[in-house]
Amino acid sequence: MAYEFDWSSIPGSLPFLLDGLWVSLEITLVALAVGMVWGTVLALMRLSPVAPLRWFATGYINLFRAVPLVMVLLWFFLLIPQLLSSVFNLAPGTDVRLTSAMVGFALFESAYYAEIIRAGIQSVPKGQLSAATALGLSRGQAMRLVILPQAMRNMVPLLLTQAIVLFQDTSLVYISALADFFGSAYKVGDRDGRLVEMLIFAGAVYFVLCFALSRLVQALQKPKAQH
Amino acid sequence: MSYQWNWSVFTQESVVGDGATYADWMLAGLKMTVTVSLSAWLLALVLGSVIGVLRTVPSKGLQRVAATWVEVLRNIPLLVQLFVWYFIVPELLPTAWGNAIKQLPPDVQQMGAAIICLGLFTSARVSEQVRAGIQSLPIGQTRAALALGLSLPQAYRLVLLPMAFRLIVPPLTSEFLNIFKNSAVCSTIGLLELAAQGRQLVDYTAQPYESFIAVTLMYLLINVIVMTLMGWLERRVKVPGYMGQ
Repeated sequence: MAYEFDWSSIPGSLPFLLDGLWVSLEITLVALAVGMVWGTVLALMRLSPVAPLRWFATGYINLFRAVPLVMVLLWFFLLIPQLLSSVFNLAPGTDVRLTSAMVGFALFESAYYAEIIRAGIQSVPKGQLSAATALGLSRGQAMRLVILPQAMRNMVPLLLTQAIVLFQDTSLVYISALADFFGSAYKVGDRDGRLVEMLIFAGAVYFVLCFALSRLVQALQKPKAQH
Repeated sequence: MSYQWNWSVFTQESVVGDGATYADWMLAGLKMTVTVSLSAWLLALVLGSVIGVLRTVPSKGLQRVAATWVEVLRNIPLLVQLFVWYFIVPELLPTAWGNAIKQLPPDVQQMGAAIICLGLFTSARVSEQVRAGIQSLPIGQTRAALALGLSLPQAYRLVLLPMAFRLIVPPLTSEFLNIFKNSAVCSTIGLLELAAQGRQLVDYTAQPYESFIAVTLMYLLINVIVMTLMGWLERRVKVPGYMGQ
């Protein structure tokens, strides 16, 4: 191997890389929060007896699950910025890349979360809903007080695993040159001519973070299985 | 909105003067996406099956090797892995090999990196499905096969794997769809697949909405075709008495 490794660009660029990591986490957390809320709404619409709601939810979920994340991000980076500026009342020329990334990820992940939540709801025995309505709860109350809490318990490992996947997918904001963790590492590597070391460093950091998080998810599952 | 819709832009000849219409560009991108995805899927199936089997064999050492393979490939983002294969591997190989790779035509380098990266990335996920399929079979199958005098490789080849593959067709379908979607990431290294051609169309035709709607429809078309084919396969190889309806 004739390549000489030179890791000297890493210590000096750590603040910049940490800023990038913070951007990645911001996008992940926003997409997570919105994804849970909008995903639950979509899941309930998908299971609703009202046909138009069901069609809308099914169409939305199938559309976002059939299209690559790169296309969704490109849609939001290239076509929506003006729309976003007017909706959020931003001054013209503001950098909407972070906002459009958050919106794109949130809408995209909601479709995946909706499917996980729907599977969780459908894994609750039917007798629970029957008993709840027999006790006089409305369908909405039955969902909120009886079905969803039980569904959540089954869903949590899958939701967390999807969150880890989401964190990895935030690296795709590279296509808009937004400085997330991977983008920052690439820029430092490009500037210093030390792309090899920076990419290996970025890969190692992602590996450590995601591996630790997935072990955490597995540890969370074990006590529940003993019930 | 003062946007002018113009769907006939697809039948226009491109201003680059290569004699192709913009629709031809999009179809070239579609062809590249399908080529890269199918090649990577083949690689992923072969490697994933081997690694999945390795995770279930009695040898602890082999199990750990396979587990490491899966953990490394699943915990590093696809984009990072792609850049490693495209930028870093030629640097880290012995100088002669590295130079030989760098002298290949750029699109060959991009296709090679894309196919290897996608294939390996998906092989980790396929191996998890294969492992789940094998582990869902009753332990009696393995024991009966060994009691009948089959060696362990024969037991896998003749008894376990045929059943396991029939059971995991549904999760393999979603992995197959994922490969087509993940191929879009390869546009970042310059590979002219469908998403990249979409961006080219936006740049050259100044009709972003038509371009992106057309490209999105292409992805939906791929989705429908794959799901139809795999649904047909699933019905053909369904095992009676199991839950798959």
